[in-house]
Amino acid sequence: MKHTLAVLVENRPGVLTHISGLISRRAFNIESIAAGYTEEPDTTRITVVVEADEIELEQVVNQLSKLVDIIKITKLTVGDSIHRELALIKVKASSENRSNVVDIVDIFRAKIVDVNRETMVIELTGEENKIDALCEVLKDYGIIEIVRTGKVALSRGPIPAKEL
Amino acid sequence: MRITGAEAIIESLKRENVEVVFGYPGGAVLTLYDALYKADFHHILTRHEQGAVHAADGYARATGKVGVCMATSGPGATNLVTGIATAYMDSIPIVAFTGQVAVSLIGRDSFQEADIRGITTPVTKHNYLVKKVEDLPRVIKEAFYIARSGRPGPVVVDVAKDVFAATLEYEYPESVNLRGYRPIFEGDQTAIHQALEAMTEAHRPLVFIGGGVTLANMAREVTELLDLTGFPVTSSLMGLGTVPDDHPQHLGMVGMHGTYAANIATTECDLLIGVGVRFDDRVTGLLAEFASQAKVVHFDIDPAEINKNVLSDIRVVGDLRWSIPALLTKAANRKSEDWRAKIENWSQQVQAWSEENPLVYERRSDVIMPQTVIEKVSELTGGDAVIVTDVGQHQMWTAQYYRFKNPRSFLTSGGLGTMGYGLPSAIGAQMGKPDKTVFLFAGDGGIMMNCQEIATAANNNLPIKVIIMNNQVLGMVAQWQRMFYEGRLAHTSLKGHTDFVKLAEAMGATGLRVSKPEELEETLKKALEIPGPVFIDVLVPATEHVLPMVPPGARLDQIIMGGE
Repeated sequence: MKHTLAVLVENRPGVLTHISGLISRRAFNIESIAAGYTEEPDTTRITVVVEADEIELEQVVNQLSKLVDIIKITKLTVGDSIHRELALIKVKASSENRSNVVDIVDIFRAKIVDVNRETMVIELTGEENKIDALCEVLKDYGIIEIVRTGKVALSRGPIPAKEL
Repeated sequence: MRITGAEAIIESLKRENVEVVFGYPGGAVLTLYDALYKADFHHILTRHEQGAVHAADGYARATGKVGVCMATSGPGATNLVTGIATAYMDSIPIVAFTGQVAVSLIGRDSFQEADIRGITTPVTKHNYLVKKVEDLPRVIKEAFYIARSGRPGPVVVDVAKDVFAATLEYEYPESVNLRGYRPIFEGDQTAIHQALEAMTEAHRPLVFIGGGVTLANMAREVTELLDLTGFPVTSSLMGLGTVPDDHPQHLGMVGMHGTYAANIATTECDLLIGVGVRFDDRVTGLLAEFASQAKVVHFDIDPAEINKNVLSDIRVVGDLRWSIPALLTKAANRKSEDWRAKIENWSQQVQAWSEENPLVYERRSDVIMPQTVIEKVSELTGGDAVIVTDVGQHQMWTAQYYRFKNPRSFLTSGGLGTMGYGLPSAIGAQMGKPDKTVFLFAGDGGIMMNCQEIATAANNNLPIKVIIMNNQVLGMVAQWQRMFYEGRLAHTSLKGHTDFVKLAEAMGATGLRVSKPEELEETLKKALEIPGPVFIDVLVPATEHVLPMVPPGARLDQIIMGGE
């Protein structure tokens, strides 16, 4: 099962290495990892998605908690939190099929952020399965490259992860 | 006061009550060593950086204080890695200072540059790279705090060369403020209740103690709990010495080379109370069948140890200095007779297992048996010495046959199993415990992996007594080759021309040799009378096996017993 963890860490060099190193050497699987600044300048927030059963998840959280630079780890469940990922997809779009691609973009409520004679770059924000679905449909036109940010997640309601 | 970074390190060491550092100088730490020299700080020059880190480790294990070592950048720092990993696996508090190339040279593959922070990340509790001199006092304060608090462990402080020479307005912080590090002391009281309830209900309880009890200095309280309840007790390798071996309820060591009684009791018990243990694979044997009839209670300071290997029914997370006294107070509400009455049959049963299946070996009269050597040293020292081992057969025989009486009297590389650990660790132990007799048991394999430290022992006139169990073979590996590889002794023979007596003498120590059983005792006594380090080359047979043995992957009750 996949689990999403909000990991608040000290904004210091090497912290990300500590986290990814620990996860890999304890033989847990990282599905995605996304890091960025937060409302506090000395804190970085890392969203980690791991594939683990309940016992393994407890181990991941307990082992990560031992890292001195990790301030707080919160599990974010699907119902109680918002999960998003951003993807940029470069797809073949010649004059013949461009309008078809534009239709698909509309259906998915994605955005076209770059166009030239042969290709388009499409930006889509959403949950993982929505991005998967768009990629699947666009395959028919020829995908040149894809970049995805990995998931970020935020709890619903007024309470921040650091207080959960 | 305005001082240099190097001076700030020495000043901070004094504030942390560091009495001695073990180290080896080099290019990146010249300024630091100059400051050590000027301050006349007590420094032991080892003959290899690995010796320095193991010495700091031995010092820490023997005294309970933080051990400190130093090395230069690049190869100096990487030579520490095995020792840092050794300390990490056994939760030993050390702070290792390493020099790093100057800030402007970092990341350019400069001369003697190694990313020691990156390299040591998986084997340290925490590590630092200091690039700004103003950070030094805070970093050192944090390093010592992290090393010794909570579950102890090694911390590396890597300092860029120019930081040693730069100056700062020095002030040592009073306290640390780490948002991400707040070691648990007190845990959940209800867990103690649950543990006590389980103890009250149990018919076949067994206490299983480990290195955590020593680290928390809770040996006396644990022994009191045993005295009160009458519960039988078994120990991991790291827990030996915590409860005296001659305690009537002590069944000896559990696991691969554990006693029959300890392993059968673990298999048959209905309540297993693990205290400061991590259920290592050398203890559990086949994990799926480990203590399969038992409810498991796990006392540990580290939440990550709970359910890591063995699933526990009751978890008591917290410092043993909190949980054990709390449990003891509650348990004392019930009379000792009442505790004991309920488990009378079980007590008799485990006693019978102990008596019917003691540790045995063939007592040959034509050769010196390695087990006899350990029994003799045990007798001569009355269990009162600090015993250090290297790794291998002699280590297991020491665990089995030495009669330990005191905590911190058995220093051994348990988790990592580091050959070459023994001699430098014994040096550190003797530095920390100058009034104690320090004995090292080593094999003729392991002693060669850091034999350069004979010079360190000799130059400092440290009276360590080293017994080299010379069987001309890498005994433990050969044992596995005979048992599991049809006797093909691939590269385990050490037959050759090494003369350990001459080796000791060449570096200024005394060398003795003994091969006849009737001369063993007088040789040992003689060694104790000779001042300074003495190396005794004890010739023992090559084919002796460590038994009993639970083969790897087998259940704890599938024991290959020893023969007479």
